[in-house]
Amino acid sequence: MYSETTLVNPGSSEQPLRDGQLVINVGPQHPATHGVLHLVITLEGETIIKIEPHLGYIHRSIEKMSESLTYRQFIYVTSRMDYLSAHINNLACALCVEKGMQLEIPERAQVIRIIMSELTRIASHELWIGAMAMDLGAFTPFFYTFRERETINDIMEQTCGARLTMNYMVPGGVMYDLHPEFVPRVKSFIAQFTRKISELEDLVTDNIIFRNRTVGIGVLSKEDAISFGCTGPVARASGVEGDIRKRFPYSGYEKLQFEQCIDTAGDSFARYIVRIREMYQSIHIIEQLIDAIPEGDYQAKTKAVIKLPKGEFYTRVETARGELGVYIVSEGGTTPYRIKYRSPGFSNLSALNHMASGSKIGDLMATMGTLDLVIPDIDR
Amino acid sequence: MDKEALKLYLLEVEPSVVFEEGTEWITLSIAAANWKAVAQHLRSDRKMDFLFCVTGVDWKTHLTMVYHLRSTQTDETLVIKIQLDRNNPEVETVSDIWRTAEFHEREAFEMFGVQFAHHPDLRKLILPDDFEGFPMRKDFEDPVNMIKL
Repeated sequence: MYSETTLVNPGSSEQPLRDGQLVINVGPQHPATHGVLHLVITLEGETIIKIEPHLGYIHRSIEKMSESLTYRQFIYVTSRMDYLSAHINNLACALCVEKGMQLEIPERAQVIRIIMSELTRIASHELWIGAMAMDLGAFTPFFYTFRERETINDIMEQTCGARLTMNYMVPGGVMYDLHPEFVPRVKSFIAQFTRKISELEDLVTDNIIFRNRTVGIGVLSKEDAISFGCTGPVARASGVEGDIRKRFPYSGYEKLQFEQCIDTAGDSFARYIVRIREMYQSIHIIEQLIDAIPEGDYQAKTKAVIKLPKGEFYTRVETARGELGVYIVSEGGTTPYRIKYRSPGFSNLSALNHMASGSKIGDLMATMGTLDLVIPDIDR
Repeated sequence: MDKEALKLYLLEVEPSVVFEEGTEWITLSIAAANWKAVAQHLRSDRKMDFLFCVTGVDWKTHLTMVYHLRSTQTDETLVIKIQLDRNNPEVETVSDIWRTAEFHEREAFEMFGVQFAHHPDLRKLILPDDFEGFPMRKDFEDPVNMIKL
């Protein structure tokens, strides 16, 4: 059918197509990629032969930018990487600078940081479930999840002054103290959320169409998950016990009771279930802390100009998408010599070709959707 | 496993490695020619199965590739540095040992100009195909898009 043509996509590797093969472009503007991700897909009939991601449509070179920003300034740029876990990105950077300064953080600040991180995680997973269900054709869950997410955004706005890019974590603690209404509002959110999440589960988890489209689709084995550097719910759904909060606790997570959510199926449904269970765990964490926020300073005293000693510092945190690493190479000045952000989405995306090859193009939405790709996080 | 045992093991595999003092994790430098063999040993003998960060650093006189490795079973973490010639940086790929390296090495290739020998698909990943220069190097100049602070 296509044998006469030399149909080679200019961006794809120079392999001529075999008889009956076809190249289609998904993206860069495509409703299912939730951002500017460009996938060049080689098809044979409906079967995917190969997926090649083309990145960089919103690459802002945050790493290069950070080299000319001071240790107080560069944190704000990182809110724009994974904008759904902005708090946790900021936390990773703040922790890395604090590690270099060897700074002790007041207990109140640590508790606030954890509560904020877990609220962010819930908001991020909520958005993901809504968007994922919508990709698979169910529109109603979107409204349910966004209603809950909106409550979190309102709480964030009241304390941090922003709804998405909060910029609330600073080296030494948090930027302002909590709003007086923060605690009662979080409590009422928890009460509301635990009621409503079962509604959401009725809508999605036991939905026969949702199950048919996700169970056994896009299977990633444990060995492959490790080899591809997958982290977060993607790896945990394949049985990798790699939750940074448990394996390498930071910022006071070691004092808390919570479970690492593991599944072994490794398919799209397992990745969904892991995220649902993680939201319950996040609620559990917040419940332990919300009545016991210690009094005291919300920020340690730091100098106006931060200088890090010569050396290298690496911190890792668990964002809603997986392991975010911040690697600072310092030459002793006020700006970092080199910063590397090890973003979870970049590594998770690298497994997509392996997961989706051989499956049908219709299943790609389930496989790609459950990777929870946030494109600015991949591009940085 | 304690750090000393791992250090002794590394010295046994490759006597020429140099350790850095005073670091959080064991940090060592390896010659580019020895990296692949050491990587294979670490993967098979020490179960270092998780390569979580690959990056380059431009030191103006030379380039350094930095590999962060850890074992998902024992949580041992290693930082491996490879010094490369700035004019002709070349190192063997490890993408057949850790498949995540394929993407990370492509990023280092376009950002720092490091050539990864025997890489299965060494093309630009993030930058446009006709982009010239290596933007993460310290001497990179772009008069149009770069704002000097």
